[in-house]
Amino acid sequence: MKLLIKNGRVVDPSQDLDAKLDVLIEDGVIARVDKRIKAAVEVIDADGLVVVPGLIDLHTHLREPGQEHKETIATGTRAAVAGGYTAVCAMANTAPPNDERAVTEMIIAEAARNGSCRVYPIGAVSKGLKGEALAELADLRAAGCVAVSDDGNPVYNAQLMRRALEYCRMLGMPVIAHEEDANLNEGGVMHEGFYSTLLGMAGIPAASEETMVARDVILARVTGAHLHIAHLSTAGAVEAVRNARAAGVRVTCEVTPHHIALGDEAVQSFSTNLKMNPPLRSPEHREAILAGIADGTIDAIATDHAPHHFDEKNVEFDLAPFGVIGLETAFAVCHERLVRKKVIGLSRLIELMSSGPARIFRLPGGTLAPGAPGDVALLDLDATLTVAAPFQSKATNSPFIGEKLRGRAVTTIVGGVVKYSRKKR
Amino acid sequence: MRAETSSLKSKDLLGIEHLSPDEITLILDTAEGFKEVSERPVKKVPALRGQLVINLFMEASTRTRVSFEIAEKRLSADTLNFTAAGSAVEKGETLIDTAENLMAMAPDMIVIRHKYPGAPKMLAERLPASIINAGDGAHEHPTQALLDAFTIRERLGRLAGVNVSIVGDIAHSRVVRSNIHLLTKMGAKVTLAAPPSLMPVEVERMGVRVVNSLDAAIDGADVIMMLRIQLERQGKLSFPSLREYYNTFGLTPDRLRRAKEGVIVMHPGPMNRGVEIASDVADGPWSVILNQVTNGVAVRMAVLYLLGGAHGTE
Repeated sequence: MKLLIKNGRVVDPSQDLDAKLDVLIEDGVIARVDKRIKAAVEVIDADGLVVVPGLIDLHTHLREPGQEHKETIATGTRAAVAGGYTAVCAMANTAPPNDERAVTEMIIAEAARNGSCRVYPIGAVSKGLKGEALAELADLRAAGCVAVSDDGNPVYNAQLMRRALEYCRMLGMPVIAHEEDANLNEGGVMHEGFYSTLLGMAGIPAASEETMVARDVILARVTGAHLHIAHLSTAGAVEAVRNARAAGVRVTCEVTPHHIALGDEAVQSFSTNLKMNPPLRSPEHREAILAGIADGTIDAIATDHAPHHFDEKNVEFDLAPFGVIGLETAFAVCHERLVRKKVIGLSRLIELMSSGPARIFRLPGGTLAPGAPGDVALLDLDATLTVAAPFQSKATNSPFIGEKLRGRAVTTIVGGVVKYSRKKR
Repeated sequence: MRAETSSLKSKDLLGIEHLSPDEITLILDTAEGFKEVSERPVKKVPALRGQLVINLFMEASTRTRVSFEIAEKRLSADTLNFTAAGSAVEKGETLIDTAENLMAMAPDMIVIRHKYPGAPKMLAERLPASIINAGDGAHEHPTQALLDAFTIRERLGRLAGVNVSIVGDIAHSRVVRSNIHLLTKMGAKVTLAAPPSLMPVEVERMGVRVVNSLDAAIDGADVIMMLRIQLERQGKLSFPSLREYYNTFGLTPDRLRRAKEGVIVMHPGPMNRGVEIASDVADGPWSVILNQVTNGVAVRMAVLYLLGGAHGTE
């Protein structure tokens, strides 16, 4: 089976490509990227579009098993391909959590049956996400987990974290840290700063994240293991990663589109779609994140796609669960706020959303080099995405509802098969 | 100063933050007229006759609930009191469902007290009734700030230029936030004093001065407003003990000796005697604490009248 994508502007940061080229996919893998390929096969005309390696999300909550009222593997991956993603890493905090082989195998099997894109499970660090005893990490790795994380909770016990890092160094996979010391939060529901004071809400201080990042960077240095910091949101954390990297510590990190685009002043609306953890921060933190994106400190943009049911969010701000969806808006938001605002170029954005994630988690894809998976996204940089429910996701808890954003995926190809195609204007 | 406006812009009173100085003056001026009603032998006017006001108190309250109810009755409104205890809320009904069910019975106004910030705004965005915030978490308590301002204006003749020091648990107080908005809008100078563990971050950006001793707060103050210390906070992380709190921030006659001549002492209640305030101060010549309570009825009558009566049945 062959598929030819003609006349597009191919942007592939893994090969430093940015030129008008054709892409030929054969038997599910990239066969050739060249000028004017002639082949008697199915053709997609990409004239006026940008052709990139499919986006890869390092941080997705698919909610299955156990919370299918929020999202399923089927709906979450449909949302993914609608956003240009060809692979997502599924977080472990399902019910039951992905802390043993059976759950990993179930996720992989369900993704193969009903998924629209590739799904790479992330296992739990600790049994039951309780932070007490290590999960069977080698078994999880063997079953197909690409990393481990207790995401949603920090690993408070420093010795457990150290042992997890040591063990995962042997297994060749990263430990993903959700950095938060909830003792500093005291029931916090938003960033601690002027607006939490104004609104009378309990705050989550930047120090809650920064103290834990500092600890884990030290543990990564001591163990020589690969530490990946999830949803970095503060200036101090960016600084800590930058310094650790310079000192040779194996630390990588991701930021979310909402921390790039939004600030804590927005919470004045009391909209529960602005409640997530880590919370929207104040301008000095956002500026530090943008600087980290520009100077290469930040390796990836990850959505932290966290679907919740409408009823769960339709309550008082304090009572609503943390989390927002992001797969369907991530590219548009980042294109609007980073590329159109000239923080970075398009190639760097694709690196952050595709090549970078593939490189740091050692995943297939993230490149259009011959032999790579035939995972490709076609982007229309001039098309407007008006964010509104319904979404492909089961959930509607997007902080961007009502925004008009320029740039969106129009066709998403996974393994040489078109999994998403937007009707022509 | 007389108000240049004769109505409020919003159908709701959710806080002081979004009121204009003119609207504040309008409410205070209107309250002056209603204070006189409370001094008549027949303490009732027909302004809200035929209107239904629901007092939706999802959190414990004595003074505010009683004050609203008296204000409503003096305006001839029909009133209904709803508390979380013993209601469907205990069966897990959400706030929005509770409110929409009440709305189906066509109230004209809902007075809401709630544990969490933003709850009154949630209702205001969804319901056609006028929503009056009677305290939402540590966010706002607009009628308290209005009655405090009414009391200051009554005693000192003005708000502009008055030095008001607010002392106590600033971090967890809705009273202080509404007072800061109101007093700074009206040209008063606000000083806050508390142990740093009870002072919220970046509060200076609200246009106030922060000091860290009671003596510094007393110096030069025309008004000293003491806030309640929640007893359950002692011995945890906010401060070590009530004894230590009283010794450092408790207002005593001895401490008041350094105060300006004519200083008035206020407290929104409920007081903890011997914690934030000595009985000799609470019951002494400086105290206007019971005047605040009396004025609360007049101020709430004014708010109810302006939101309901002024553009309701008349």
